[in-house]
Amino acid sequence: MSFSWAKHYEPKSDLTKWLDERLPLPRLVYGAIGGGYPVPRNLNYFWNFGVLAGIALVIQIVTGIIMAMHYAPNALVAFDSTEHIMRDVNWGWMLRYAHANGASFFFIVVYIHIFRGLYFSSYKAPREMIWLLGLVIFLLMMATAFMGYVLPWGQMSFWGAKVITGLFGAIPLVGEPIQQWLLGGYAPDNAALNRFFSLHYLLPFVIAGVVILHIWALHIPGSSNPTGVEVKSESDTVPFHPYYTAKDGFGLGVFLILFCAVLFFAPNMLGHPDNYIPANPLSTPAHIVPEWYFWPFYAILRAFTFDFFIVPAKLLGVLAMFASILLLFFLPWLDRSPVRSGNYRPLFRTFFIVLVIDVLILGYLGGAPAEEPYVMLSQLASAYYFAHFLIILPIISKIEKPKPLPFSITEAVLGKDSHGTAGGPALQPAE
Amino acid sequence: MAEQVTMYQDGSAAVESDGVRRRDFINIAAVSFAGVGGASVLIPLITQMAPSKDVLALSSTEVDISAVQPGQAIKTVFRKQPVFIRNLTPAEIAAADKVPVDSLRDPQSLEERTVDGKKNWLVTLGVCTHLGCVPLGAAQGEIKGEFGGYFCPCHGSHYDTAARIRKGPAPKNLEVPEFSFLSDTVIKIG
Ligand code: HEM
Ligand code: FES
Repeated sequence: MSFSWAKHYEPKSDLTKWLDERLPLPRLVYGAIGGGYPVPRNLNYFWNFGVLAGIALVIQIVTGIIMAMHYAPNALVAFDSTEHIMRDVNWGWMLRYAHANGASFFFIVVYIHIFRGLYFSSYKAPREMIWLLGLVIFLLMMATAFMGYVLPWGQMSFWGAKVITGLFGAIPLVGEPIQQWLLGGYAPDNAALNRFFSLHYLLPFVIAGVVILHIWALHIPGSSNPTGVEVKSESDTVPFHPYYTAKDGFGLGVFLILFCAVLFFAPNMLGHPDNYIPANPLSTPAHIVPEWYFWPFYAILRAFTFDFFIVPAKLLGVLAMFASILLLFFLPWLDRSPVRSGNYRPLFRTFFIVLVIDVLILGYLGGAPAEEPYVMLSQLASAYYFAHFLIILPIISKIEKPKPLPFSITEAVLGKDSHGTAGGPALQPAE
Repeated sequence: MAEQVTMYQDGSAAVESDGVRRRDFINIAAVSFAGVGGASVLIPLITQMAPSKDVLALSSTEVDISAVQPGQAIKTVFRKQPVFIRNLTPAEIAAADKVPVDSLRDPQSLEERTVDGKKNWLVTLGVCTHLGCVPLGAAQGEIKGEFGGYFCPCHGSHYDTAARIRKGPAPKNLEVPEFSFLSDTVIKIG
């Protein structure tokens, strides 16, 4: 782990020496996020989003645990207890708005974090495991957020639970039993609400555990960087503390300003008004949509309105939706270009931008009603999404001629590097 | 594996001609025993999530249908899910019978979906077979879709006057629950 020039922890006082011999926790922290962890000197602000995601998780856990002290997971009173948090509990409104908007900000941060990985090909060797663990976290987050959204037991909560568990009903033969098993009944009711609460409380801590594995895997090769050229010597790195603690601190300030702006001035902007109506099993809201962060996937789900051979439309939609995420697990082996950073891959860069636009369009379509022209556009945008990863990316990595890479990070930053010179080998394979 | 001779402390020897040592056997038996035991613990852990006895106990409902005039429908609840009970008009029955059954996505005739001699009483779950929304068309004034039956607003499924799927993403007709007539005016669902 880490580079040979990494500084070692030296306990100064008698107390820290005593502790270091018995439980070297300060040593662990020093080596992980302190002066003992060398990091490429050229990281840009896109490298802030991992730390921000960690902070978003902490915000969710703290606000969530406090709300659980006032919330009652019973179908008869869940809605009222949520309103009790909003109206009666001291600062309850702030905690709940922080939790609901915190989920949105968590997803914004994580989406930027994922697209950072896509652009700089952070998923390539030797960082595949970091990428795969990240995708596991993403899946867990989606499950957690879905179950959390059911808890207030409003109309959107109820019908969201119904529609999402209905996805499993699409599985041939065993679908319906699975759906009933998930819900503990024929429709969402107390049994479903209780288990969702139990799991909604548990999963964030599972996420925290996978985050630790994610960072462990990261600390073996260390962070990648905007050039994609691996660290070669000490002049390529700076210690995490104070350099990146400061940079991350600045990013955190900006994040908190934006978060507070929404939390205090537009707390319902990202929510749906129908969820302020208590759940009614006999009437579906006219326009049901999931939370915005699921929209791109919802658009893919709804794009399949036709049967294909013997596969019914409903099953196709469900398979495509899951496939759109599972596909990303294979990305390290689909993109074979030896160059990492999109900055040196002109063709890749163009198609990356098209992909970002495509996903934004899918997001818009997922929130739109299920009518034309939206359905047809969802079909086109979904087709492009899959084509990007399965066709375009492998072809680009074959035909593209990358720009010359700098010899080292130091050269990229300072224009020269005493360890080597510019105009070295034009193309360096990823190490 | 070659033939093995195991010497025990008391000087006796165990010769296993098939090459399986006593210790291997004990090892496999113990691990299998633990494996089967562990796996069987999963059964209660998994089935506790299936519908509980009280949920299953709610599984039958009696409804008085005397007030439902031809052309009207009522909504009731069965297993916490909406049920539509519809008194079809002769025109609606004719419209349903006119459709060639083979041309349907989920081929079923109105006869197969109703009780003998009471073809006008169409009893279905009010649960769209796509992802489970409640279709519109049972209550007065709700839109009934392109085929005069039900319309699901969630992703646009249209059902005809026999509540059969005609257009949109839903794969199946609205489900007809098990039901029987207790008298001419009372039906029992479930
Ligand atoms: C991965 C982190 C988490 C995410 C993404 C998340 C997401 C959500 C979402 C989207 C809601 C619905 C908010 C609304 O519509 O008002 C919610 C509600 C809730 N969550 Fe979480 N949550 C997380 C962690 C936690 C934790 C650790 C707890 C602790 C028990 C918790 C407790 C609750 C409670 C009690 C509610 C119901 C009150 C309400 O609806 O505002 N959450 N969560
Ligand atoms: S749930 Fe009825 S059309 Fe999708």
